[in-house]
Amino acid sequence: MMKFRFRRQGNDPQREKIKQELFAFNKTVEHGFPHQPCALAFDPQLQLMAIGTKSGAIKIYGSPGVEFTGLHRDAAAVAQIHFLQGQGRLLSLLDDNTLHLWELGGASRDRGGAKSEGVVYLEEKRNYSLLGRPGLESCSASRVTVLLLLSSCDLLCVGTEGGGIHFLDLPRLSLRDNQSLLLDQVIIPEDYRCGKSLGPVESLQEHPKQPGKILIGYSRGLVVLWDLSTRNAEHMFLGKQQLESLVWERSGSSFVSSHSDGGYSVWAVASGNTYTHQPVSSSIPYVVLYSGGMPRASYGDRHCVTIQQDKQHVTLDFTSRVIDFFTVHTTDPEHDYDDPKALVVLLEEELVVIDLLTTGWPSVPPPYLAPLHSSAITTSCHLDNVPAKLWDRLAAAGNNQGAQPGSWPICGGKNLAPPPRQQELLLTGHEDGTVRFWNVSAVAMTPLYKLSTANVFHTDCDPNDDPLDPTNDPEALQEEEWPPFRKVGCFDPYSDDPRLGIQKISLCKYSCRLVVAGTAGQVIVLGLSDEWSDHTVDVSTVDLLQDREGFTWKGHDRLEPRASPAPFPPGFQPLVLVQALPPASVTSVMLHAEWNLVAFGTSHGFGLFDYHRRTAVLARCTLHPNDSLAMEGPLSRVKSLKKSLRQSFRRIRKSRVSGKKRPIPTPTSKIQEANAALADQEEVAPVQRRIEPRSADDSLSGVVRCLCFADTYLRDGTHHGPTLWAGTNSGSVYAYALEVPGVGTGRGRPGGEGSGCVEAVLGKEIQLMHRAPVVSVCVLDGRGKPLPEPYQASLDLATAPDMTNPHSVLIASEEQLKVFSLPKVGAKTKFKLTAHEGCRVRRVAMVTVCSTAQEDYSETSLVCLTNLGDLHLFNVPALRPQVRYDCIRKEDISGIASCVFTRNGQGFYLISPSEYQRFSLSAKVITEPLCTVELERPLETHIRSLLHTNTSGNTHSSLLETHTLLAVPGGDYNRTWPRSPTPLEGYLQPPTYHPETRPSIAHKDLRHDTTQGAGANPDRKITSVTQPTQVTHPSQGRYESAPVSQ
Amino acid sequence: CFYVIRTPERNSLFEAEYRRFALKMSGICGFQEFYRLLQTVHHIPGVEVLLGYADIQGDLLPINNDDNFYKALSSANPLLRIIIQKRDVDEPVVFATNSLQRRKKGLAGLRPAQQKSKPGLMIGLPQDFRQISSIIDVDILPETHRRVRLHKHGTHKPLGFYIRDGVSMRVTPQGVEKVPGVFISRLVRGGLAESTGLLGVNDEILEVNGIDVAGKSLDQVTDMMVANSHNLIVTVKPANQRNNVVPRASRVSAGGNSSSGSVGSAFSHDSAPSTASQSVSHHSNSNSVAEGDSDEDGDGDLIIETDSLPPYLPHRCVSNGNGSHRESPLSSSLGQRPLPQSMSLSMTTPTHNCSPTKTSSSQESMREDGNIITL
Repeated sequence: MMKFRFRRQGNDPQREKIKQELFAFNKTVEHGFPHQPCALAFDPQLQLMAIGTKSGAIKIYGSPGVEFTGLHRDAAAVAQIHFLQGQGRLLSLLDDNTLHLWELGGASRDRGGAKSEGVVYLEEKRNYSLLGRPGLESCSASRVTVLLLLSSCDLLCVGTEGGGIHFLDLPRLSLRDNQSLLLDQVIIPEDYRCGKSLGPVESLQEHPKQPGKILIGYSRGLVVLWDLSTRNAEHMFLGKQQLESLVWERSGSSFVSSHSDGGYSVWAVASGNTYTHQPVSSSIPYVVLYSGGMPRASYGDRHCVTIQQDKQHVTLDFTSRVIDFFTVHTTDPEHDYDDPKALVVLLEEELVVIDLLTTGWPSVPPPYLAPLHSSAITTSCHLDNVPAKLWDRLAAAGNNQGAQPGSWPICGGKNLAPPPRQQELLLTGHEDGTVRFWNVSAVAMTPLYKLSTANVFHTDCDPNDDPLDPTNDPEALQEEEWPPFRKVGCFDPYSDDPRLGIQKISLCKYSCRLVVAGTAGQVIVLGLSDEWSDHTVDVSTVDLLQDREGFTWKGHDRLEPRASPAPFPPGFQPLVLVQALPPASVTSVMLHAEWNLVAFGTSHGFGLFDYHRRTAVLARCTLHPNDSLAMEGPLSRVKSLKKSLRQSFRRIRKSRVSGKKRPIPTPTSKIQEANAALADQEEVAPVQRRIEPRSADDSLSGVVRCLCFADTYLRDGTHHGPTLWAGTNSGSVYAYALEVPGVGTGRGRPGGEGSGCVEAVLGKEIQLMHRAPVVSVCVLDGRGKPLPEPYQASLDLATAPDMTNPHSVLIASEEQLKVFSLPKVGAKTKFKLTAHEGCRVRRVAMVTVCSTAQEDYSETSLVCLTNLGDLHLFNVPALRPQVRYDCIRKEDISGIASCVFTRNGQGFYLISPSEYQRFSLSAKVITEPLCTVELERPLETHIRSLLHTNTSGNTHSSLLETHTLLAVPGGDYNRTWPRSPTPLEGYLQPPTYHPETRPSIAHKDLRHDTTQGAGANPDRKITSVTQPTQVTHPSQGRYESAPVSQ
Repeated sequence: CFYVIRTPERNSLFEAEYRRFALKMSGICGFQEFYRLLQTVHHIPGVEVLLGYADIQGDLLPINNDDNFYKALSSANPLLRIIIQKRDVDEPVVFATNSLQRRKKGLAGLRPAQQKSKPGLMIGLPQDFRQISSIIDVDILPETHRRVRLHKHGTHKPLGFYIRDGVSMRVTPQGVEKVPGVFISRLVRGGLAESTGLLGVNDEILEVNGIDVAGKSLDQVTDMMVANSHNLIVTVKPANQRNNVVPRASRVSAGGNSSSGSVGSAFSHDSAPSTASQSVSHHSNSNSVAEGDSDEDGDGDLIIETDSLPPYLPHRCVSNGNGSHRESPLSSSLGQRPLPQSMSLSMTTPTHNCSPTKTSSSQESMREDGNIITL
């Protein structure tokens, strides 16, 4: 039946061609922080960082704007990533025990007609999965535990759960047959073996100076220095303590092992000696970095990474789990020390970078990978063509908040994308009452400025105790505490008061006026100021229930405005607080800065406020008399929720029971089963849907869904003037004629002070018969184009609207799109989307799309996002369907709800709490990563052949794995450690290990370079090790190395 | 006042005569008296006529006894449209829902051009009832399918049915295949669906208002039905296949095109516009379904033009009392000034109206239309 809908505009080839030049759907780039990251790698040569996620995505980041994304075919979690340094290739190990080789290649992809030279993309080249040897190794024995890429990048060593080590040629990923090193090939003294297996391979490390040798650490504690060429164990270190990880010192004369009891040992590698029983030293003279290691009883719930250097000791206290970390350090192999410049810590919810060169180790604000969800996003709003004046003032205000762009240590790759044509701003409103301003002009989404509205109100928390401020000076929080904690990072999912949540935002980019409206009916009008200000905010209340009797609001209270003046930092500062009563969540807000008016709507009605004179102009109740639900506040859906919960529990219980019991089928039990099945069928009735037209008294019918200001013809066809339009959930549209002093036909602009009151008079009421919620109202000028924004016409920034021909109004409900004539409201065109397609409109926007073929040709279209997640484009005002694209999965309700469109045909929606997917409907305006990387290998290399390897499991129960150690300042080596040697409680370490991460050493005058922090307490319960985290930390105590005591 | 349309000759369609005249409500006490009065007024004494009136919904309803005569009188506000037709023995007049505005309904237009023929057998149609449902397009559908139209418009009964997901068997070239389908799962007692007797539990839903539901989810079909609920046409494959309506033509010959057994078309076969539309080609007709469908429900949207909306005042004095406003502290003016509500508009209106403005012509015409305009 689609055919006759689309047949109408015909298959006019001319039109089809124009459509192709106008519209094209592309998902272009993901902004924000990857959801559920679980692996991290860094290529110090190319200066690229890779992050793997649980959903199987690999993302590579370099300097701002340089991004590559790859997605594994199977959505298995990425367990490990390793760069083949300098080659632009990387290896990933998935949870399903498969290895994948990825390559940055110059495959040419055409997009938007413009082909860019030298642009590279990430592509999977080949994969390999380890097979257990039948009869020899069980399935779990071939699970990969560790990977080691030799620095020559031609050989991959794979350690397995079963203790075997296999070798694969790179980049072909082919197994070297018969070269695998199995446990029985390692000859060890009988008295050490004691008949027990050596356990899984826990660590593999290449000798820093002698390329052919690797250090193998087995779980039970044995460490073997293995010569690959002679296939001979050169040296054995008979450790007795369960091993977690190994790290070489740069000179190769010693290495450090970390153990499950939270200790670590330094072993000397002396030649001539085949067996070593005891570690040599147990003091740590270096700068050490490690995660975990906190005394579990007191700090077990913290997520920490500790940096120690000489007397400096900082324990970075994060708000989410540490996944992994690395240092950015020198790649010069001749260097004695690593000279780390920065520490990069990947947490579950954000990325934190610490500048190790600057005293105090401040954190560096990242130019991308911003944790959008530091507090949950509740709304968003996009502005294009932001004037430079507003942009600069915002940036200045943002700099005051400590968002100075520091020197970003990860700077690989080159951004080839042309500079953005215009500045674009995305505003996100958050649950904690903040509004964040993001620069979305280009691929890297960068924080610009953050506005907090909590200080307008009196809340329980002390406003000075703002944990979100990343610039907390280190001293402030340390106090007497040991270890010296320092809060780092901005992920803070806990809201002080849910009523602070931002629901709607409206910003005028020309007058720098901002309106934010929140969950407790608060509407705050703000103005931009470059100076600190200390003032009281005017408060006025608007009762939306004015003439209604018998309603009692049972929802939350309004927020208490702050009584005393508060200091407001430069940036947007509140001018007026308008409080809607009852304090239901604001569902719609619209600002008209030119008329100094703000309109807002809740589930009870809408109001109009003149913020210049600070008077309410209008309050209109939209409640239907039968709507009792509207009074119950946000908990109105409890009942149905309870019911559905009960039902699903019942189902779960039933399935559990049936899963547990597997009775032997006897004739009687069969009958019982059949009866039970019948009963099941009866009880769990199939999903049914009631077919009934909407009635006027459906619940929440009064919710005001949209508001719109327009200068148009409402009274008669000859005089236009300001109007206000409001649409409700039950298909009603109210149109008010406004009398704004100084605005209107035949009068000049208000010469300064506006005088007299604004007045609003109801002009029309339209009740759509199908009663579907009105999603949007938009007035079209005589040419059928949407009216320009406030100030655009008066400041000559846009073509003046056509006021000579009759206007019309486009009303989009969830079911239909309709254009009515004005001033006499008569239906002109319509499209019944739901009746035809069975989908409902969720979001609509007017977009102007430019043609790729003709510079000056553009069309204005109406874009609709439906509940099925597809996008429909219609021309305006004829409302003919143009194109349709699938965009979001229909199950992804939050994605659909979060979608926001830009005027030039792009859009954003949340693909996870922390990531926006950017997409483009325009064939011309596409913001996508176009970047290149200087590689050592030629871009065209094609190597074929896939190979196999064997590996073993990933799930060992290791306790901790230390990672990186840093140098210690030379000289004073015998530092004493603060307290007595308490056993450290370790954090369990996951099985990740990073061959490319070297111990890094700061300061040249250090004598040693590596060590491992260690420290899990053996008598503690060891939590399982599925997540890659790092290192433990010697907590309290005089530091004594925890040698492997017998 | 009554507004009367008289159609003396039903075959010559354009020979209609319109009369408008006033009548004292109390003057007439019964149907017979009124009937005679009309005969007198129209100078057609002795001619057998049928009386009908247009009710608020726009439906043509009969006047043939005292009861419905009084009902008609009570619905006059203030005009009552009465339609008089010469009683024709051959052609029973049907009073159907929306028959005034929408002669041609449903998907009958899908059928290829065909000439009408008179039904051989005449069964008297109930003239005193409002139509609530019909089986339509019998002659173009397979015998196993049924296209049912439910006229929600004007009744207060709920539609009263539920739908569910299910599995349907289809015969394909590859053999019998199971495909997902949507079925009626429940009929509400006393609902419109039940009372028609045309829909039953487990009937498979194939189309909604001409749109195939294959491949659509239960929620999509629900939304489509709700969106069309005021005039719902569902094509079903009844679970009970014994009561199928068999188009007469198909019995004679497969290619026969002279069917008029369709109940739906019987209702409308006397209207000239529908004849025209039937003779158009198949394609444009399917188009006209989609379009005609859209046309019809603009009626629903209710536009209330507020009479009190002041006309544009070219020189309203801006400086009115503004001085005092400006001097008053902002805070004090908050919440004290009564906010105009839509109800309280009359308060402000008189001042506008008494100002010496010439009422524009458009204003006047708007007034004449009255408060409520149905499109």
